[in-house]
Amino acid sequence: MKVLTANRLTNGEAVWLAGDHSWAVTLQAAEVALDEATEEKLARAGTAALLKNEVVDVALIDVELDSGALRPVRLRERIRAAGPTNRRDLGKQAELQIAVAA
Amino acid sequence: MYRYDEFDQGFVKARVTEFRDQVERRLAGEITEDQFKPLRLMNGVYLQLHAYMLRVAIPYGTLNSTQLKMLAHIARTYDKGYGHFTTRQNVQFNWPALSDIPAILDELASVEMHALQTSGNCIRNVTADHFAGAAADEIADPRPYAEILRQWSSVHPEFSYLPRKFKIAVTGAERDRAAIQTHDIGLHLKRSAAGELGFAVYVGGGQGRTPMIAKKIRDFLPEQHLLAYATAILRVYNLYGRRDNKYKARIKILVHETGTEELTGWIEKEFEALKDGELTLPDADVQAIKAYFAPPNLPSRPDGDALLREAQADDRNFGAWLRRNVTTHRNPEYAAITIALKGTGEAPGDATAEQMDAIAQIAEEYGANEIRVSHEQNLILPHVARADLKAVYDRLVEFDLHAANAGLITDIISCPGLDYCALATARSISVAQDISHRFASLERQEAVGELKLKISGCINACGHHHVGHIGILGVEKKGSELYQVTLGGSADENTSIGEIVGRGFSAEEIGPAIETIVETYISWRESPEETFLQAYRRLGAAPFKEALYGADAKAA
Ligand code: SF4
Repeated sequence: MKVLTANRLTNGEAVWLAGDHSWAVTLQAAEVALDEATEEKLARAGTAALLKNEVVDVALIDVELDSGALRPVRLRERIRAAGPTNRRDLGKQAELQIAVAA
Repeated sequence: MYRYDEFDQGFVKARVTEFRDQVERRLAGEITEDQFKPLRLMNGVYLQLHAYMLRVAIPYGTLNSTQLKMLAHIARTYDKGYGHFTTRQNVQFNWPALSDIPAILDELASVEMHALQTSGNCIRNVTADHFAGAAADEIADPRPYAEILRQWSSVHPEFSYLPRKFKIAVTGAERDRAAIQTHDIGLHLKRSAAGELGFAVYVGGGQGRTPMIAKKIRDFLPEQHLLAYATAILRVYNLYGRRDNKYKARIKILVHETGTEELTGWIEKEFEALKDGELTLPDADVQAIKAYFAPPNLPSRPDGDALLREAQADDRNFGAWLRRNVTTHRNPEYAAITIALKGTGEAPGDATAEQMDAIAQIAEEYGANEIRVSHEQNLILPHVARADLKAVYDRLVEFDLHAANAGLITDIISCPGLDYCALATARSISVAQDISHRFASLERQEAVGELKLKISGCINACGHHHVGHIGILGVEKKGSELYQVTLGGSADENTSIGEIVGRGFSAEEIGPAIETIVETYISWRESPEETFLQAYRRLGAAPFKEALYGADAKAA
C-alpha cells in the first residue's frame, strides 16, 4: 500500500495527493495505491505537480491500515504526518486537536 | 562588538534583494527546484520534514540585545513562537513560509544579521569561545580574529566552491571551550615567549561518519600571518581535497590520506609563497577591528560578595545556580552567567520568543547589552556584576530560565533529529527529554558531577556525540530507532573520540542504559572528585560493558 506525499512549494507544508488530484493536508485524505498501476498513476501525477511548481520533494511512501486509519510504515513519515513528537501543539496533530475540540 | 560599515550593509541588502527576486521567480514557476535549491541553500533556507527551515548566522556566537529581540520578533511574527540555538552557535527557525523569507531577511539586515554561508561548500560561520572577552583565563579575545576571518571568507571567490563545507573555530584560552580540535581549522590564540600574539594551528578535525581529531601543524603562527596561512591551508585543500566522494571530501580525509607531515609541507610551501604579501594583516587594521571588541565599561561594584552571601543563605536554589551557572570573570566584581536552555524535559537549545525578549531585556539592564550563544546550546550573559546576580536570577526564574545544570548530565547537547530534520535516522530530542526527566533531581545531578552527554539523530553528528563523555547516536534499524552509545569522548584541550560500548539500545532501553552507565561510574569512582571522564580514562570500557550486557559483554 502506498500514498504519494510531497511538501508544498510556498510554505513547505507536508501534503498528500488526494483522489481528486488536490494536495490534502492530512494523510487520511490521501488516495491509496493498492496495485502497481495506481502507483504509476500517482507517480505521474506527482511529476506533473512538480513541473507545475505546486510541490517539491515528491515521494511514494509505504502505508498500512491500523484500526481503519492509514499509518505510514516508517517513523519518519509518521512524524511528517503528525508533527514533532516533542511538541504536540505543532504540526498536523495540533490542527486535528483543534478540529476535535471545536 | 563589530558594527557593519557601509560596505557590509550595502552588501547584505543587495543579497536580500537578489534572493527576493529569486524567490519570486521560483514561486512564479520561472525557475525549477533544481535551479533554485542551490540558491536557497546559499541563503540558509533548507527544506525539512514539516516546513522550510531558515538558519541564521550568529558570527562567533555574539549578539546584542537588539539582535536578540529581532530573533524574538521573527519567531513570533513569521514562525511558531520559538527558535532553536545550534551547536554551530547559530539559530534556526523551523516553520517559515518560503514566501516570507525575503521579508525575514530584510528584518535581519536591519539589525546587521543575515543567513549567508550557513549552508553549502564554503567557509561557514566562524565559532569562538562563548566566554570570549570575559573569561578570567583568557590570553586575548579571540573574536577580533574570528571577525577578520569572517570578512576574509565572506563570498571569497576562490573558496566558495570547496570540495565540502569548512569550519573554523578560535579560542583565546588554554582551556578550550570552543572544541577547536573538532574543526577543519582550529586556532588557539596564545603568546610566544617574547610576548607576541599568535596561534597554534590545528587542521583536519571533524565529526560525522569518520570522526578525526585535528592535528597540530604549527606551534606558533604570528598574528599578522593569519590570513596568509589560512589561505595556504584552504588553497591546498581546494586543490587536493577529494571531490569524487562526498563522504571523503572533508579536509580531515585529505590529512588522513596524505599524512600530516607531507600535507604540512604543502601548506608551508604555499605559505612561504604568500607570506609577507598582500595578505599580511596591517597592525592598524587589526587594532581597528579590536577596537570594536573593546571590553565594555564595567563600573566598580564592590558590594557583590556581601550581597551574594546573604542571598545564598536565603535561597538554596540560587546557591545551586551560583555553583553551576556562574563563571569567573576577569574583573573580580563581575561574572559570566550561563542561561541553560535545558529545563527539565525541554528540547535542548529551544527558546520561546518571550524568553528571548526577556534575556535581551536582562542583558540591557544588567549585562552591558551582550549575549552569547554557546556551542552547548545555551545563552550566556558575559558581563554581569556579582552584585546583580540575585536580581538577574530572580528575573530568569520568572521566565523559567533558571535551570542550575550547566555542565551536568541534563545540560545535554541534542540536534533536532527526526522530529524535524530531513536527514535524520532517529529522534534525538525525545531521548534528551527522557534523560532529562530521569535525572531531574538537582541533588542527583550534582552527585554525579560534570558529565557531558551529547546526542545526534544521524551519523552527521551535529549533536557532537563522538565527543560526548557519553555520546548517543540514533540510527534506523529494521524500521525502528536504535541508539548506539559511545563513552569517553571529549571536546576540550584533551580531545578524544568516544568508543562504542557495545550493541545498541531501543528507544525504550536507552534511558535505563544511561542510568546503568551513570550508576556504574558512581560505584567505581575513586572519590566524588573523580569525574566521569577521568574514571572512564582510568577504567576503560570493561565495567560499563559488564553492567550493560552482563555475561554477554564479551560477545557485545
Ligand atoms: S545529526 Fe543528523 S539528524 Fe541531527 S541535525 Fe544533523 S543531520 Fe539532522
